[in-house]
Amino acid sequence: MWDYTDKVLDHFRNPRNVGLIENPDGIGEVGSMACGDALKLTFKLDEKKRIVDVKFKTFGCASAIASSSALTEMIKGMTIEQAEKVTNQDIANYLGGLPEQKMHCSVMGREALEMAIANYRTGKTGKKILAGKVVCTCFGVTEEEIERVVRDNNLTTVEQVTNYCKAGGGCGNCKNDIVQIIERIRKERESKSASTQKPAKLTVLQKVKLIEETLDREIRPMLKRDGGDIELIDISGSRVIVSFRGMCAGCQAAPSTIKDVVEAKLREFVSKDLVVEEDKS
Amino acid sequence: MKNVYLDNNATTQVAPEVIDAIIPFFKELWGNPSSMHYFGGQVKKYIDTAREQVADLINAEPSEIVFTSCGTEGDNMAIRGTAEALGKNRKIITTRVEHPAVLGPCRHLKEQGHEVIELGVDSSGQLDLTEFRKVLGKGPNIVSIMWANNETGVMFPIPEIAAMVKEQGGVLHTDAVQIVGKIPIDVRKTPVDMLALSGHKLHAPKGIGALYIRKGTKVNTFLIGGHQENGRRGGTENVPYIVGLGQACVLAKKFLQDETTNVAKLRDRLEAGILASCPSTTVNGDRVHRLPNTTNISFQYIEGEAILYHLSDIGVAASSGSACTSGSLEPSHVIRAMGVPFTSAHGSTRFSLSRYNTAEEIEYVIEKIPAIVKRLRDLSPFV
Ligand SMILES: Cc1ncc(COP(=O)(O)O)c(C=O)c1O
Repeated sequence: MWDYTDKVLDHFRNPRNVGLIENPDGIGEVGSMACGDALKLTFKLDEKKRIVDVKFKTFGCASAIASSSALTEMIKGMTIEQAEKVTNQDIANYLGGLPEQKMHCSVMGREALEMAIANYRTGKTGKKILAGKVVCTCFGVTEEEIERVVRDNNLTTVEQVTNYCKAGGGCGNCKNDIVQIIERIRKERESKSASTQKPAKLTVLQKVKLIEETLDREIRPMLKRDGGDIELIDISGSRVIVSFRGMCAGCQAAPSTIKDVVEAKLREFVSKDLVVEEDKS
Repeated sequence: MKNVYLDNNATTQVAPEVIDAIIPFFKELWGNPSSMHYFGGQVKKYIDTAREQVADLINAEPSEIVFTSCGTEGDNMAIRGTAEALGKNRKIITTRVEHPAVLGPCRHLKEQGHEVIELGVDSSGQLDLTEFRKVLGKGPNIVSIMWANNETGVMFPIPEIAAMVKEQGGVLHTDAVQIVGKIPIDVRKTPVDMLALSGHKLHAPKGIGALYIRKGTKVNTFLIGGHQENGRRGGTENVPYIVGLGQACVLAKKFLQDETTNVAKLRDRLEAGILASCPSTTVNGDRVHRLPNTTNISFQYIEGEAILYHLSDIGVAASSGSACTSGSLEPSHVIRAMGVPFTSAHGSTRFSLSRYNTAEEIEYVIEKIPAIVKRLRDLSPFV
């Protein structure tokens, strides 16, 4: 038997939000009978564009059912912007982890959610259509999808890629292609980390740019999840003045967020001597 | 909670009589049968008896029985030992639905330059004997074809196959791991050259088996070492388990009638009960030429692992050929070889009984299954 967590077994035995919403605002369908698992996800938004209702139907193993059920619980109440930031790792984490060979179940959840959001935004079909170069013909996995799981989950081996999106798990003829994709992304990552190495002395302009980039990448997604935002007001020497927006403005936790999160991240990615202050004017 | 064990093709409960027979060989009779003193030497006669008991179940000569550590070893020894004895570039014919214990060695030999042909099966899991005759060809070619399939219970016509192989001068090994103890086997009537069996499929412990080697068959020794097993397999004998296998064969012979009557009746009742109460279910494989204890049922539109976990929650142990349980991402190679459509393949579920199952247990399963199937179908986007 698989080493499933109690949470996985609970969601498998008592799946939440089963069914299909009539006239949904978004619908996403991924997988197929041939592939061995499939998920159909529907959601409805309220007037504030929050997901008020979400339902699913899943064909698949215990962890496929549990991942789908977990996903519906996670995104209920989220805005579309928040929901689209949910990663497959978030789904796995919510369940207390999944066996490595079952990570593709969490990826299926993330894909269905993306499909449903795209369907909501564009009105285009929520069904997965194979776009771009198909690498794994057995399971119909495209280059883009493989790149995505490799990037999202920092994968380094073909076996991992198979665990996360099934590519390479059939005849195995595409294993070399997968190796090359992994290799390419590894090189990209290396050159990126080389380029994010801070230059010895930053000009003010460079500093502003780097701070903005760091806020964007490291801080904003987290704040936005709670309906807030942050803005860079000014910098003066090593002092960085920021201001909270939305739900974060006037939040009790703001001072500690400034020190523990914003300052820590800016020190990590921009410069060790930075001091962050909140603009109180 | 109830405990209904319907996974006897995976392994069986060790018979209480077998356990009783084994214990003294741990407690008192633990000497080495090769020793030149009474303490060890007295043990040898129990091995001889066990050899007679195993031989008796398949109507072989005791000298034609080699004890092995498992079914896998028997298959390996037969296939690789024969290929080695017959020399380079042999034709090896097997089927696509064999157990990995046969497919593995065959594919290994292919890499070493032998020609290996894997015969396909039809939708009922049966071979095309005309095709077999065509590829067989004349000469000392090696044929390894299972007698009964572990996943579907489908039995191949080994008597016909054996006659053809003899006629063409080939060597025939059969993996009889699933059939021995369930159907009467007589190697005098069916001219197979080698036959592998495994203890844990017939109520002996795991880790003991036997290979029948017809007198005169050329097989190279696989475990080279001492003179045990007449020089055909080195290594000090696993005396307790050999004794246990002998005892299990005695019991198997005694209960053989039971298999084709009682066990078959329970299996048929289970199969009919499930088919009647669950719509869109089909039986995989030939239902006529089939082991009396096995049924492989596909529940369409739902997936096997999910079925097994729900069954396990109510105390029922079964098995599945679905991707998630086959240890790969695709359904079992047997189900795929039969061309079972994907709507059914992932929901294939094997129930395999033994003489220890009761009518009450079967009724319990029949009563409980519809709710499980309905639950999963309510979840399925394809229903
Ligand atoms: C048909 C068949 N052959 C071989 C084996 C291998 O037997 P063992 O587990 O004793 O190695 C099995 C058991 O799984 C089997 O079902």
